[in-house]
Amino acid sequence: MKLTPLADISLRYKIPLRVIILVIVTAFFVTASMVFREHDESRRDLVAHAAGLGRVLADTLTTPLIHDDLWRAYEVVRSPQRRSGGDFETLSAASVVVMDTEFRTFVSTQPARYPLGSNPAQKEADFGHVQSAVGAGDSATQRLVEPPASDHLYMVTPIIADGVLLGHLVLGYSREVFIPRLHNLVTRSVLVTLLVLGVLLPLSAWWARRLADPLVQLAEAMDQVTTQLPDPAAVPLLATGDEIGRLAQAFRGMLTGLREKQQLEQHMLVAERLAAVGRLSAGIAHEINNPLGGMLNALNTFRRHGNPDAITEKTISLLERGLTQIRHTVAALLVEAKIESHPLTPEDIEDIHILVMAAADKKLANFVWHNRVTEAVPLPSTLVRQILLNLLLNAVQAIDDGGHVECDTRVEDQRLVILVENDGAHIDEDRLPYLFEPFSTDRPEGNGLGLWVTYQIVQQLQGDLEVDSRPGLTRFVIELPLP
Amino acid sequence: MHRRRLLQLVLTAACAVATGAHATTPGRPRDIRIGLTPVFLDDQLDFLKQLRAYFERRLGWPVSFVQRGSYREIIELVRVGKIDFAWLCGYPYTRYQQDMKLLAVPLYQGKPLYRSYLIVPASDTRTSTFTDLKGKVFAYSDPDSNSGYLYPQYTLLRAGENPASFFSRTFFTWGHRKVVEAVGVGLAQGGAVDGYVWDTLARVRPELTAATRVAHRSPELGHPPFVARLKIPETEFRMMQKVLLGMRDDAEGAALLRSLNLDGFVAGDGHLFDSIAVMARAVAAGR
Repeated sequence: MKLTPLADISLRYKIPLRVIILVIVTAFFVTASMVFREHDESRRDLVAHAAGLGRVLADTLTTPLIHDDLWRAYEVVRSPQRRSGGDFETLSAASVVVMDTEFRTFVSTQPARYPLGSNPAQKEADFGHVQSAVGAGDSATQRLVEPPASDHLYMVTPIIADGVLLGHLVLGYSREVFIPRLHNLVTRSVLVTLLVLGVLLPLSAWWARRLADPLVQLAEAMDQVTTQLPDPAAVPLLATGDEIGRLAQAFRGMLTGLREKQQLEQHMLVAERLAAVGRLSAGIAHEINNPLGGMLNALNTFRRHGNPDAITEKTISLLERGLTQIRHTVAALLVEAKIESHPLTPEDIEDIHILVMAAADKKLANFVWHNRVTEAVPLPSTLVRQILLNLLLNAVQAIDDGGHVECDTRVEDQRLVILVENDGAHIDEDRLPYLFEPFSTDRPEGNGLGLWVTYQIVQQLQGDLEVDSRPGLTRFVIELPLP
Repeated sequence: MHRRRLLQLVLTAACAVATGAHATTPGRPRDIRIGLTPVFLDDQLDFLKQLRAYFERRLGWPVSFVQRGSYREIIELVRVGKIDFAWLCGYPYTRYQQDMKLLAVPLYQGKPLYRSYLIVPASDTRTSTFTDLKGKVFAYSDPDSNSGYLYPQYTLLRAGENPASFFSRTFFTWGHRKVVEAVGVGLAQGGAVDGYVWDTLARVRPELTAATRVAHRSPELGHPPFVARLKIPETEFRMMQKVLLGMRDDAEGAALLRSLNLDGFVAGDGHLFDSIAVMARAVAAGR
């Protein structure tokens, strides 16, 4: 559901865009209100100015009017227009007309437009309004006349001497006198707005990036979830306690959970497969073992009582060797945990040290040995020794000449912990799930049953087995609970 | 005794200070007063300051200029002797020459003569005589002006018109320069001005004269003269006449004359104004 085409834009641009819009809208409204106020004030100024000027001029005009002195009257009405500079420029009247009591022009600042003795109301509708406004009320009061649909307004002042009305002074003002002031105001506020935008834009862009970057990184990390779980540590975690910080934290938590679940699933998959393989091989081993025992017995009996000749003897030997090998293999597959065995002693473990030392010396290995088991442990010594031997021989085999092999055994929290590590070539990640399957070796020597046997023993002793293999370090950790 | 002597000294000193500059002409009670009228551009105050300083230096006497709103007031001041000299129009001089003495006449374009101009707005290209302006608004400069009042009145009378009703409306501006302005802005459709003033104004403020057009020029008439009050002491009369006549002979005076757009002053002769007197009589008879 897209609200606008802008909805898809990155926050990086959305936020500065919104700042621009906010600034412009604010500037617009502030300017508009200022323009309105300025217009009102200008108008008030104008009207007050016009009223004052009208009274002064009307006073000054009484003598020229009484004396019928046209030139003096002209000099009087012209005087405000001669002033220049400042507000008087904009406030100066566009036209000044002095009319006698019959509304005939006595004098004006524009003699060509308002000829002497003519009635301006006959030529200009505005003056018709002025005339009717003056005629309607008390003609001896000053009034502001604003003819409708006119771009001028008029201040009409009666000219009175000794209580006798001599005529009217009409000051005409163009409404356009406000325009330069308003134009100036608008120009200034546009400039200020641009200035503010110039400051705010980089600021908001920086702010937007600060806000958007963690979100964008989070979004990218989330996109990866479907294909491959990202490392939770790689997710940007903000120290902030706001929504973004909390989101990042929650996302990290979710990733950790997902990862654990994924690992658990993989482990279960491996364990199930190994269990299946174990059941299968055990079944097959049993099925093979019985006829195998019979065959070996038969061969034995035949050799002892059948007086075989030389060729037959040779054949029987061949058969016997083959069958024996089968029996060994099957026996290896069939890990029997129920073998009676004495509890494990520290000396049992030391034996293994001696056994492996020979192989380790051959490779000039740096063999580090920590046996921290100080007393007998109620675990079958044969099986534990088997595990240690398998792992250590594998480790020695894995290293290059002069490599590092370490073994650490200890009892901790009612568990026997065995740690074996080496710095040889590491195990590929692809191979890890199949590592404990029988015959899965990638080495030319060995039957590929060492780890299978180890795994089976650990399983039967209800222990845990963990492999960690990366370049430079391959580590097996086995924990066996003490019964 | 000592004290009395001291007092006497102080009094003597005070008298010396009080008489000060007047010491050369003992008994003169006040400075020399010269009345001015708008027969020239009398509103250039900075120029007037220079002119006054020049007169003071040349006369060795404080000078003050007296200006009034109309010719009439200056004329009366001369007649009653309240001012010593005045620059007047030839028309009042002919009327009151028994009350004043002709001091000097300006030389304009080499002659002690000038003309009256009929001016109309520059937009009016048809008018060539006063009679073309029948029923229009007309601006006179001053009722005591020859060029700005008497000549048009006389011309209309000669044309068989009644000057009192020929125009729909007339008014006085009390100055030639203001007639130019009134006609320029269209307040009047015609006006009568001193030709010398119009010509000079065309040099000083060409934008004012550019709004007008000279439609008619009068014959040459006696230029507005400098006059003295009737009872002016002879020495002062001579002194002032000497200053005016000698103006063109010194650099400073010549510069002032250039500003006045004049060539100098001559002693002049009362007959210069005979033609004005003839017009004045005709107009008086026509009323």
